[in-house]
Amino acid sequence: MALMTTPNISDADGFYAALLAAHKGLSEAESHAMNARLVLVLANHIGDATVLQQALALAREGA
Amino acid sequence: MPYDYKPFAYTPPPGLTGAEPRHKVAIVGAGPIGLAMAIELANHGVSAVVLDDNNVVSVGSRAICWSKRSLEILDRLGVGERSVTKGVTWKVGRTFHREAEVFNFDLLPEDGHKMPAFVNLQQYYVEEYLVERAQEVGTDLRWKNKVVAVDRHARHAVLTVQTPDGDYQLEADWVIACDGARSPIRAMLGLEFEGELFEERFLIADIRMQADFPSERLFWFEPSFHAGQSALLHKQPDAIYRIDLQLGWDSDPEQERLPERIIPRIQKVVGHGDFTLDWTSIYTFQCRRLRSFVHGPVLFAGDSAHVVSPFGARGGNGGLGDVDALGWRLAAVVKGERPASVLAGYDRERVFGTDENLLNSSRSTRFMSPGDGVERLFRDAVLHLASRADFARPMVNSGRLSKPCVYPLSAPDDVALPEGSRPGAVAPDAPLGQGWLTEALGRDFCLLVLGQEAPAGTGLRVLSPDVTDPLRQRYLGQAAAATYLIRPDQVVAARWVNPDAAGIRAAVEAAWEGL
Repeated sequence: MALMTTPNISDADGFYAALLAAHKGLSEAESHAMNARLVLVLANHIGDATVLQQALALAREGA
Repeated sequence: MPYDYKPFAYTPPPGLTGAEPRHKVAIVGAGPIGLAMAIELANHGVSAVVLDDNNVVSVGSRAICWSKRSLEILDRLGVGERSVTKGVTWKVGRTFHREAEVFNFDLLPEDGHKMPAFVNLQQYYVEEYLVERAQEVGTDLRWKNKVVAVDRHARHAVLTVQTPDGDYQLEADWVIACDGARSPIRAMLGLEFEGELFEERFLIADIRMQADFPSERLFWFEPSFHAGQSALLHKQPDAIYRIDLQLGWDSDPEQERLPERIIPRIQKVVGHGDFTLDWTSIYTFQCRRLRSFVHGPVLFAGDSAHVVSPFGARGGNGGLGDVDALGWRLAAVVKGERPASVLAGYDRERVFGTDENLLNSSRSTRFMSPGDGVERLFRDAVLHLASRADFARPMVNSGRLSKPCVYPLSAPDDVALPEGSRPGAVAPDAPLGQGWLTEALGRDFCLLVLGQEAPAGTGLRVLSPDVTDPLRQRYLGQAAAATYLIRPDQVVAARWVNPDAAGIRAAVEAAWEGL
């Protein structure tokens, strides 16, 4: 399996808004903590080691 | 009753009054690894002289968790049953975050093994049993014999040994340094450890108290009784409990070792003051090893070769793994049956096993004691999620407990056979008649033949028991029959569904080199 890098979320603007809404009212530190939990939750959902490696590499690019 | 430390008698060694004949093997250090090494060699027909700078067993409990594999090795050495009888048997570990249990494990979920998953037993008992056994097999144990210099030659080494009556020189074909984490021999050879040093400080306290904690390993992250840190509790024999408390790198070790500091900390853990301190220690972590364990005539085994953090019980158990891999090979070299090059097999296999221990130990340490910033962020994220979602629980790492590694052998194998008994793995135990398979395997190469005839002409001892359910499950899987070649250290060397004598003979040769 390969990491999907083409659009896969039907309502991109809606998801972005939902992401911000989920963080609403959190301090910056609390938001970082929530993001860390979100990474773990989504990573477990994906599960596939190759996809996760590719995702880590893509996210790291340009950092 | 507190442990009764009885000093062992020092007797002036013959080397003080005249040159001794060159010894085959000198072992430096009469800790659990040095003593086990001497008995293992004796079992293979090689007598060793053991030199120790002290004359008592380990002061303090130190290594307490003996794994199933270690107990099987100790059993082969003659002290396994005694250790299990005296020790506290356990197999379940529970990990808590604050007050809630977030993860638990059962280390031996199936029956039909002689030895339990783990036994907690103070190192001083194990050493006491090993000393008695070493004496029974005729080991030359020399107390108050401190090695102060090593002179390496091409085919032997000369040790300068200090005694209460003066110095003498002792020559040996082989020297095994089992002299611990601060190994003086390592320093004398100018060898350095490589690896990580963790900036974390822990308090170990052995306390004596009447209590009814279960025979389980209990680990807490951020408990209310020790805010923001971690804590570990283990039950030992003689109403002694081991408590490990994380102190943080900012703590002052000189202050923390004072009883007036320790006692209030322990009171908060156990909820009362009705206990006595038996032994305490402050330690920092290291996860490091020598690049090679073989240095000409000087071999390293145990903590002198590698050190790990204690969470996972991979120190003492890792050292017994060294004994297991070295004994049969060195004995064959000493007896002239094999060239010294087979010791490369020891080096290769135990460096591999050590790296697995270091990896597990480093990961546990990193989880327990995360660096500031993102390490702590993810560690806390895992703990937060663990009580809410099952998937996060296996990420909670309070120590991955010692298991024997599976050596990476490129040996004959058959995909039809079960994974657990593949080449490189320790042969799984199973009931055998009135006894156990581990007892029947012995100290030599042998063939375990199930459901077929052993090929003629291998010259090997053959075990061909009736195929019981546990044997079928652990050694045959879906196959109707199989033949296993098992090494003297009970590691599966190779296996076949359709064996032939030539293939078996070739596999024996490869096994010496650990290929």
